[in-house]
Amino acid sequence: MKSQSTLRIARVVAGKDLQIEFRSHVVINRIVPFAALVMVMFAFALDDDLLLARVAGGLVWLATLFSLFIIVQRSFAIETADGALDALRVAGVNPAGIFLGKALALVVQLFLLEITLIGAAIVLYRVHVEPSSAVLLVTCMFCATLGLAFVGTIFGGLAAGMRGRETLLPLLMLPAIAPVLIGATKATEAAFNTSGMVTSEGWPWVGLLAVFAAVFGVGGLSAFSSLIEE
Amino acid sequence: MKTGNIVEMHDAVVVYGDFPALAGMTFSVRKGEILLLQGPNGAGKSTLLRTCAGLTPIFRGTAEVLGHDLRTERDLVRHRVGFLGHSNGLFSDLTIRENVMFWSRLVDAGDDETEAALERMGIGGRLADLRVGELSAGQKRRCSLANLVVRRAELWLLDEPHAGLDGGGRDELDAILRQAVASGATVILASHELERTRQLATRVVQVSGGQILDASL
Amino acid sequence: MYGDNDMNHDSTPDAVGGVATTTSRTIGVLAIVAMTWVLVSGLFLTPADINQGDAVRIMYVHVPTAWIAYLAFIVTGAASLAWLLKKSPSLAFDRVAGASAEVGVLFMAMTLISGSLWGRLTWGTFWVWDPRLTTTAFLFVTYIGYLAVRGLGGSPQQRAQRSAVIASLAVLEIPLVHFSVVLWRSLHQSASVLRPDGDVKMDGLMLFTLFSGVLAFTFTFLWLVIHRQRMLLMRDVVGEKGLEAAIRERRRDHGGVVA
Repeated sequence: MKSQSTLRIARVVAGKDLQIEFRSHVVINRIVPFAALVMVMFAFALDDDLLLARVAGGLVWLATLFSLFIIVQRSFAIETADGALDALRVAGVNPAGIFLGKALALVVQLFLLEITLIGAAIVLYRVHVEPSSAVLLVTCMFCATLGLAFVGTIFGGLAAGMRGRETLLPLLMLPAIAPVLIGATKATEAAFNTSGMVTSEGWPWVGLLAVFAAVFGVGGLSAFSSLIEE
Repeated sequence: MKTGNIVEMHDAVVVYGDFPALAGMTFSVRKGEILLLQGPNGAGKSTLLRTCAGLTPIFRGTAEVLGHDLRTERDLVRHRVGFLGHSNGLFSDLTIRENVMFWSRLVDAGDDETEAALERMGIGGRLADLRVGELSAGQKRRCSLANLVVRRAELWLLDEPHAGLDGGGRDELDAILRQAVASGATVILASHELERTRQLATRVVQVSGGQILDASL
Repeated sequence: MYGDNDMNHDSTPDAVGGVATTTSRTIGVLAIVAMTWVLVSGLFLTPADINQGDAVRIMYVHVPTAWIAYLAFIVTGAASLAWLLKKSPSLAFDRVAGASAEVGVLFMAMTLISGSLWGRLTWGTFWVWDPRLTTTAFLFVTYIGYLAVRGLGGSPQQRAQRSAVIASLAVLEIPLVHFSVVLWRSLHQSASVLRPDGDVKMDGLMLFTLFSGVLAFTFTFLWLVIHRQRMLLMRDVVGEKGLEAAIRERRRDHGGVVA
């Protein structure tokens, strides 16, 4: 019986996903610029420097959410394009491993995206990150990203496959990731020291993000096989 | 395992939505056979293969593959089965070598096994560094066959495997199948290629209307 | 084997035609009686509020429907978890989960609309960001998504499995949402507790009417769910019969002898 260790499978699947991204540059060349453009659009729409600085935290995560749908759909499009997800299923590859692997690949891509967006916020909206807040910011990004990646993989797996299912993805995902939007925004505002928040106030929100990530990580590991199953 | 057969199916019904693709399928396959499924389009050949692979659930009836009850142990069957459907299961942005490496890493096969499989399918060497997206249909097919070879499956389920391959490729495929059977595997394939596959097969079966029409030798 | 025959005598519809049984008829009658009482009492017998005037009467609709919305959510969640945890679960769990979700969505919409109207009449705004209303809005959207997933097709088994998983995820996600929203609103201390029922002085009759309202709506909910899940059962039975016919037809089509 071949070894079906979840971690090993996850490593191979994540490696494959990242290898594809490295080769095709879809996220770097298309999605990140889109997200940066969204940040510019916010400036046009809101048109008020003080306001922008105050809401910068929320805007970063909104732009992330908009891009999340595209990234998740891309992640599963590479599987369904030539029946690869089916092939993985029939090969009896441990679904929990597939879930973890795809989620980890999403984490890397999302992290790159968020770094870019925070950079955009610093440049466009003129927020500052003190060295003392950097730890908070990075931890916030890490926990939020995990949660988003887990939710994205869960519902992306469900929405993959049959035509017409992709429209289901935003509807299912948005209610689920509302807590991340709330928590990440607050923590980021604390890190930026905007909206009257100080750095220390951000940590409870990071706690919320961590709980969220844990819940959906465990949920995804158990549920994924049912969702991709025929 | 009751009978020692690789596949034992009795009155199996498989549905897609409201449509009964298999309407009471009864048949069995012995170890070491190369079984050919023939029949018109829509007869249920593809569904039968997918069901034996544990991909599609059984709605009614009984079925056992490699000793596992398909109603309860579908996922256990999959490890031991190699399935090749209409699509290739390839990642177009990766090279041939990277594609086959992905599958061999999943089953913990070594790099030398990968290279051997590539050589056998005639896509080794420099060709293997090309991206799958740039290949012809025949080369893609060879790549998906290489994926299958590294799995070392006990039961091979192939849906129109010769389609898209040139003469040399088809000869190579036949040789691989015979060699797999010689090493203890069993093969079930569906094909419209009458000439070649009748020579290859040890038994031919007619499928029509979701059932076996007759089982002749 | 997969066709479920759980039409036991307790819940067998009577031969006269229609899907009513003694149980459901009793519940139905109780629902009508209670609703009538609530209507009469809420509109005419209870006093108007000192601050809000007659607008307070919306409370007799809004609070019970909010309660039902959460009850429906719990029922769907419990039925879905039962499906996932039991060894060979009956499809009845899935039908109850689905029926409860459909009826629940209806009540959630009523909660949101009545809450919105109430806010408009008392505070002048159609929407308030209070945690209960906001969480109900999320619950509403989540359930629309759940019902969409139920409509994805496949055999009843597949539909049940998929839906049960989604519902279980919702059970995890809604408390998280609620908790986040509560934390979020707690930051805005100046915006006082924007709940119209926050400052209503309730006398004995009002409380009793409110309580009857909860009962009346619960009976209505139960009656609707029982009937809806029976209809779903009928639909599955019809589907199976259709499948039998399709199988026979397919076997005839090949026109040959079966080995």
